[in-house]
Amino acid sequence: MNFDKIVDNAKKDYKSLYGSENPLILIGSATCGNSAGASLLKSVIGDELEKNNVNAEIIEVGCIGLCYAEPIITIFKQGRPGIFYGHVTPKIAAEIIKSYIVEDNPLPEYALGTVGEGKIEGIPPFFDTPVLKPQVRRILRNCGFIDPKNIDHYIANDGYSGFMDAIKMSPEEVIEKLKESGLRGRGGAGFPTWMKWQFCRDSGGETRYLICNADEGDPGAFMNRSLLESDPHSVLEGILIAGYVIGAKKGYIYCRAEYPLALERLKHAIKQMRKYGFLGENIYDSGFDFDIEIKEGAGAFVCGEETALIASIEGKRGTPRTRPPFPTTSGLWGKPTVINNVETFASVSLIMQKNPDKFAEYGTEQSKGTKTFSLAGEIKRPGLIEVPLGTTLREVIFDIGGGIPKGRKFKAVQIGGPSGGCIPEDFIDTPIDYDSLVMAGAIMGSGGLVIMDEGTCMVEMARYFLEFSQKESCGKCVPCRLGAKQMLDILTDITEGKGKPEDVDQLAKLSEGIKKGSLCGLGQNTPNPVLTTLKYFENEFDAHINHQTCPALSCKEFISYRVIEDKCDGCRLCFKSCPVEAITGEKKEVHVIDQEKCIKCGTCIAMCSKNEAVERVQKMELDEE
Amino acid sequence: MEEKLKEILGEYRGEKSELIPILQDIQSCYGYLPEDIILEVSKFLKMPESEIYGVATFYSQFRFTPIGKKHIMVCEGTACHVQGAPQILEGIERHLGIKEGEVTTDLEYSLESVGCLGCCALAPCAMVNDEVKSKISLKNIKKIFKKNKSKESN
Repeated sequence: MNFDKIVDNAKKDYKSLYGSENPLILIGSATCGNSAGASLLKSVIGDELEKNNVNAEIIEVGCIGLCYAEPIITIFKQGRPGIFYGHVTPKIAAEIIKSYIVEDNPLPEYALGTVGEGKIEGIPPFFDTPVLKPQVRRILRNCGFIDPKNIDHYIANDGYSGFMDAIKMSPEEVIEKLKESGLRGRGGAGFPTWMKWQFCRDSGGETRYLICNADEGDPGAFMNRSLLESDPHSVLEGILIAGYVIGAKKGYIYCRAEYPLALERLKHAIKQMRKYGFLGENIYDSGFDFDIEIKEGAGAFVCGEETALIASIEGKRGTPRTRPPFPTTSGLWGKPTVINNVETFASVSLIMQKNPDKFAEYGTEQSKGTKTFSLAGEIKRPGLIEVPLGTTLREVIFDIGGGIPKGRKFKAVQIGGPSGGCIPEDFIDTPIDYDSLVMAGAIMGSGGLVIMDEGTCMVEMARYFLEFSQKESCGKCVPCRLGAKQMLDILTDITEGKGKPEDVDQLAKLSEGIKKGSLCGLGQNTPNPVLTTLKYFENEFDAHINHQTCPALSCKEFISYRVIEDKCDGCRLCFKSCPVEAITGEKKEVHVIDQEKCIKCGTCIAMCSKNEAVERVQKMELDEE
Repeated sequence: MEEKLKEILGEYRGEKSELIPILQDIQSCYGYLPEDIILEVSKFLKMPESEIYGVATFYSQFRFTPIGKKHIMVCEGTACHVQGAPQILEGIERHLGIKEGEVTTDLEYSLESVGCLGCCALAPCAMVNDEVKSKISLKNIKKIFKKNKSKESN
């Protein structure tokens, strides 16, 4: 197979697609887009085009990252910049097709921004809007623009050129390039990638294995899912390069079963790789043989830990073992094995396609390059973002994310998942890099950021994370299995009004023991969310334990629901929806909640979202009335 | 041996490392891991049943009882939790009249909670079979999880 010819054809086709006389319509069809309604749009748009007798190309692309504005479509018309439209319902889609494609009126009121050359009045350049301006899209460069199911689209954008260059070099030369780039593992621990590969090469032996860790288990993180759904080949190319460098013949992708779309796109992409000669024997006459197999995870968080992941691929219970030996010496089936995260592989492709300097032009001295993060929780613009390492939490949360909705106050950002911590406002100017976050008591982790506002109870959050880690403990070692259970019991008591003054000391002591005595990262880091909340939000523990109140008005035991008389217009929505018939009141008259009957489920507040006539109050206050 | 099972096992060589994918295939075919089928797998892999159960019970994905036609997995991830997932789960429980881990009597729905679906930006969410439902609230639960009317009235 001739790669140059493949590239020529791919580029020609891609160019003619984007420069065609017929309009090009992109529909953002990653999981977020689909669940917001994108899956309906294709047929609506197709029908509307047919009705108006217009030809257009429709492509389902991945995720551009603006999850809050999904469903998103993009329209390219010849001689005009492309226009991104957000919040596209089937009705709006039909309107846009008729107005812009048929009549050439671009409808700025629905537009998010323009891309490419030229301007359209009333629509800002997409990449200059507040959400995108601070971002540097390198890993995500193709996401939202190319068809993830079409390998030619990836190739037309320099795809696989990094691998083709790599096989012309010696493995040592490739390692040298990675070293120059300063790439550190994107899974969270930040170990230099080149060093891991070198260790594996130095381990000797004939057989070696490569594993891509796509078991993105941290709750609140979805960067890897989005990348695999939107640009799977960028990850696969990195895997190929790594396989060549470490001398592996077989690579595994361990991907969680909760990501059906990512799995589907990966399987499809691997088939295409085979067709294009990127897998098999003597790939492009390099003497390098390689194949990739997908292993579906079976829902165990601990399998994100490398030795547990290996056990799981071997078909066993996913329990970790002591290290050393590290997997680079003795991994899968006892052979030297390299395990890297999805984004690490995508970074490798990027480094080899461009060059190490280009990669390292962003970032800090110790943390080079850009990194993707997922923004979720109480934030105006949740989504998937990519920024240079060293960007501050403030820039990410307030500039890109737009801050906290409904005029509420920021309280904390949770970073690093159940192994990380909650960082309060005082530390919001902390730069996001591997080392600064550790100083603040958290870890970078894989990149999930969950924002919390004043309505989030930090004691409850600590309990939530402990519950998660305790549930996911594999049970192999005592400090994690039993220690976490003790901590969870204490925290549950505190949130239920049964806290004792000595609990705080007890939690600190247990934390220390679990940290010192646990076998793997999951156990050792289990106390982290509790330790940071104890450090930064001690007042909330004090309120729960010593004053029987929940300052965030979240813990059921400490609150009551009340109808605000001035706001209630007696519409009976709450009356009809209350599952325990705790609400009484005549039509058009103020309603009353029977505190004896109320189970504090929150249905009345949800139903009264228009009038906001139901509120949560401290239980004490109501008793005093 | 059942035809369906024969077909599944035909794809494998009979190596112990294939246990998890085999169990996954069985579950996606039967909806859960039936006892008699595990016995067949044990023969196929020449592996004691106890060892198979040891592995199967370790992973939260595997179930040992049948599920409903529509299997709901309510996301318990951080973003969903912050935005009210516990209330949503309780709300769905009340609406369907079952608890987490149970199946409705008409076998229409089964309910469980799950670590994180990775759809955090549109929290709170749940997966129904392979489809993600996002921005669930106590207000729209009845609309999203429609009950089977004809059976309900019986």
